[in-house]
Amino acid sequence: MTNIPMDAALVCASLLFVTGLAGVLARRNIIVVLLSIEIMLNAAGLAFIAAGSRWARPDGQIMFLFILAAAAAEGAVGLALVLRQNHSAKTIDIDAAGSMKG
Amino acid sequence: MTYEDSRPETMTILFYIGAVLAVISTVAAVTRLRIVHAVLWLNASFLSAALVFYSLGSPFAAMLEIMTYAGAVMVLFTFAIMLVGPGPDAALQERQWQPWPSWIGPSATGILLLAGFIFAIIKGVPGKTAGTSVGPVAVGASLFSTYLLGVELASALLLAALIGAFYIGRRNDSSDEKGDMQ
Repeated sequence: MTNIPMDAALVCASLLFVTGLAGVLARRNIIVVLLSIEIMLNAAGLAFIAAGSRWARPDGQIMFLFILAAAAAEGAVGLALVLRQNHSAKTIDIDAAGSMKG
Repeated sequence: MTYEDSRPETMTILFYIGAVLAVISTVAAVTRLRIVHAVLWLNASFLSAALVFYSLGSPFAAMLEIMTYAGAVMVLFTFAIMLVGPGPDAALQERQWQPWPSWIGPSATGILLLAGFIFAIIKGVPGKTAGTSVGPVAVGASLFSTYLLGVELASALLLAALIGAFYIGRRNDSSDEKGDMQ
């Protein structure tokens, strides 16, 4: 049977997570910011899958399912907010959200 | 070829291929200036992640990754891009928004965090994966017995997101906006 080192799987998840974090911090395009958040959630799911695979238990995949539901909900609401901001401020610059005033 | 029939090194090779592809395409997705290119690279990243999931022995999660992330979420992003409608000078504007110094702080933060992660992983993570496949039967049986409450909560969350997205995204004219202010 095939045995993949846990170190490799977790380092891969860390790399994906850190890339998404840098994207959230650096980018100003609000759609790319949402996209980076999806990357971070996916990386967390990868860590759960690796942990579930370590002990051959289904719980890791179930946690991934819950992350999937959270990511879908977050994406739907986030993109509705993008359309809202694009409608009112005529830009997808995330800094323009600072002018909302309460 | 099923998971158990594969030669021992096959899944390991698949895992490393998927992991390298996932990291490369994710970096590309975050750094591309044209937003459609970014979304396409993200799709490649999700498909590579599905390969990684399969090689780790989670075929059900790999299938869900393709259906939900590479399918549904990607359609959501495509719709948003179509509705926002980036103009022909969108890439130029992005270049003005993202001069290269804007990456210094986030990259430094990310590298510090990554160093912490790798230190913890090298110090404390045990062993290797079990090397067996956990199929949809086991996942479903556990999901609808042990985690039944979580399933109900997830469905409530999705319903709340549906209503919230509908409320936030509804189209209104200027008279309605005045009503929102008060």
